[in-house]
Amino acid sequence: MSTLALPRPAGAPGALGWLRANLFSSWPNGILTLLALYLLWRMLPPFVDWAFLDAVWSATDPKACRAAKGEGACWAFVAEKHRFILFGTYPYEEHWRPALGILVMLALYTVSALRRFWRPRLALFWLAGLTVVGVLMWGGVFGLRYVENERWGGLMLTLLLATFGLAFAFPLSILLALGRRSQLPMVRGFCVGYIELIRGVPLISLLFMASVMLPLFLPAGVTIDKLLRAQIAMILFAAAYLAEVVRGGLQGIPRGQYEAADALGLSYWKKTALVVLPQALRISIPPLVNTFIGFFKDTSLVVIIGLFDLLTSIKVSLQEPAWTGFGVEAYIFASLVYFVFCYTMSRYSQGLERDLDRQERPGARMGALRDA
Amino acid sequence: MLAAGLVLWFFVSNTARNLETLRVASGFGFLAREAGFEIGETTFIAFSAADSYLRAFCVGLANTFRVALIGVAVATLLGTLIGLGRLSSNWLVAKLAAVYVEVMRNVPLLVQLFFWYAIISENLPGPREAVSPFPGVFLSNRGFAVPVPVAHAAYWWMLGALALGIAGAIGFTAWARARQAATGAQLPSGWIGLAMILGAPLALFLAFGAPLALDKPELSGFNFAGGAALTPEFAALLAGLSIYTAAFIAEIVRAGVLAVDKGQFEAADSLGLPRRRAMRLVILPQALRVIVPPLTSQYLNLTKNSSLAVAIGYPDLVSIANTTMNQTGQAIEGIAIIMAVYLTISLSISAFMNWYNQRIALRGAAR
Repeated sequence: MSTLALPRPAGAPGALGWLRANLFSSWPNGILTLLALYLLWRMLPPFVDWAFLDAVWSATDPKACRAAKGEGACWAFVAEKHRFILFGTYPYEEHWRPALGILVMLALYTVSALRRFWRPRLALFWLAGLTVVGVLMWGGVFGLRYVENERWGGLMLTLLLATFGLAFAFPLSILLALGRRSQLPMVRGFCVGYIELIRGVPLISLLFMASVMLPLFLPAGVTIDKLLRAQIAMILFAAAYLAEVVRGGLQGIPRGQYEAADALGLSYWKKTALVVLPQALRISIPPLVNTFIGFFKDTSLVVIIGLFDLLTSIKVSLQEPAWTGFGVEAYIFASLVYFVFCYTMSRYSQGLERDLDRQERPGARMGALRDA
Repeated sequence: MLAAGLVLWFFVSNTARNLETLRVASGFGFLAREAGFEIGETTFIAFSAADSYLRAFCVGLANTFRVALIGVAVATLLGTLIGLGRLSSNWLVAKLAAVYVEVMRNVPLLVQLFFWYAIISENLPGPREAVSPFPGVFLSNRGFAVPVPVAHAAYWWMLGALALGIAGAIGFTAWARARQAATGAQLPSGWIGLAMILGAPLALFLAFGAPLALDKPELSGFNFAGGAALTPEFAALLAGLSIYTAAFIAEIVRAGVLAVDKGQFEAADSLGLPRRRAMRLVILPQALRVIVPPLTSQYLNLTKNSSLAVAIGYPDLVSIANTTMNQTGQAIEGIAIIMAVYLTISLSISAFMNWYNQRIALRGAAR
């Protein structure tokens, strides 16, 4: 073999080559890159100055913060108020209880996310977890002091609304989705009407309905407290949206599965529980997680009916005369908290979708052939 | 069924008894009563405290439509740009667009609304030191003041001519297409249609002597007089809604463009179609088929989300209904009105989408 030294091919690798291919591949691209770099140069350094370099990180009184207003962010606000933002007006000595409750709820989410635990036993696990959370929050047994639920608040209440909301809305949504596909006209009519009604109105009107109209529906003297009313409204709201997702999953199962179950002589409920639902739920998990992300964000709306969730406690902390005027820092902090939760769930859902796609592909192709 | 009937009767009798105890009349008669509260901003409908509740609801509805329509336009424009930016081959632009989408989608809308309202009301200077990015436009913590053209009869004529021009262009395009199908002869219907749409209003504009007087806002006393004023609430609501919905629209547009098979581009190339005609005749119809259904559902979401205006004080339908319910105690009727309005909007958008889907559905066996 001759050892002819050939010149390196054009489009060289290395930093310069990457720059040419990705940032400056053509005239319009080059101009766009320069424009974007200019915008970043104008906006990023002042923001970093404001948020990190000139910021006031801890101060017991707001004088230092006010002196720095306009040039530095006041993160001391968050440091001062973080207990209130996390736990609301829960008694100070008992803060370990809501903290433990938050950990239990996060553990529930984490366990449900691992595919090893996708079995019917997961429902029992959820039941146990929710009972533990209820006992921790209310107290009154095992020597724990009783804390009425008007004092619950902050991040803990947001997680509580989302977790209990999901736990109750999910079985309800399965019933609604099955009802919508049923052959009985009354059942189907009711389910369709319910789903379309709830999906067509804003969540605010449901929250108003729950907080204002529900007391009118009950006999005089019977009261439901505000948290329960809001929770019921959120459950009804989530059930309608989740029902549509489950319905999509039910439609995604090849008809051959239904027919095979019928051929085996299974009754409707046995067929649904043993053959249809496991497959339908498996398909619909990524859109379910996406709906849950939306639902988690929607819990922030309870500020409008006066419940003390994360957003409300931040808003209320701002109303203290000493700390007014720091709204921007406060809402950036709120955005950060929500972003951490929602982004984690959304990355998980994307990863899950990729995994399930890869797994189901051989089967899906066969299914498509058979049902042509 | 018997059980359901009993439960319903239980609730209804309780409600009647409770309403009687509270001495609140049922029915919609309260709508004729005098409202007794002022509304901060109105759209096309003047309102004073002596007008009826019904008029107040109409003002609320007009306000909702105003923010929803402008929000939809801005969000679509912004969302399309960002969606296409995310598909760009420029690494920097693609990454920036991705960061925008991820951040805006994962923060609740209410937090974003509060954030924008805080920036406008806390961090903008007072009217005397208002920021002026363009001549005639002033940003202050009392709102945004922009110049507007002075009202002139010519503008109404131009609007009428525009409507006629659009109808004429649609008719002409349909006729030209039928003629091409029958005889094969082509006409540049795009350019002719554009000439119709723009030409008639332009001709009228010139005929009226080109009236172009601007009403510029000027500082007088503590605030700006003249021009149009956008209140901080409206500006914050519009900014929050558009920026939030644009992130979702960006993802929809990206999914639509990615859904078109690469083979389609190659097939159009092999047929000899130039790039722009390939986009218009082959790629865009297929991409729109995937884009339009979720897009209309995002428009619906934007309209429903505009109900969050009650949290920052913009007088939309829900906010006015809330005030009315607090004043009169007619909770059931108020909530029924809110739900009926939004249900009508959402059902009409769904009906439109069903009609559109049937029109463009792929006939025959799916692939």
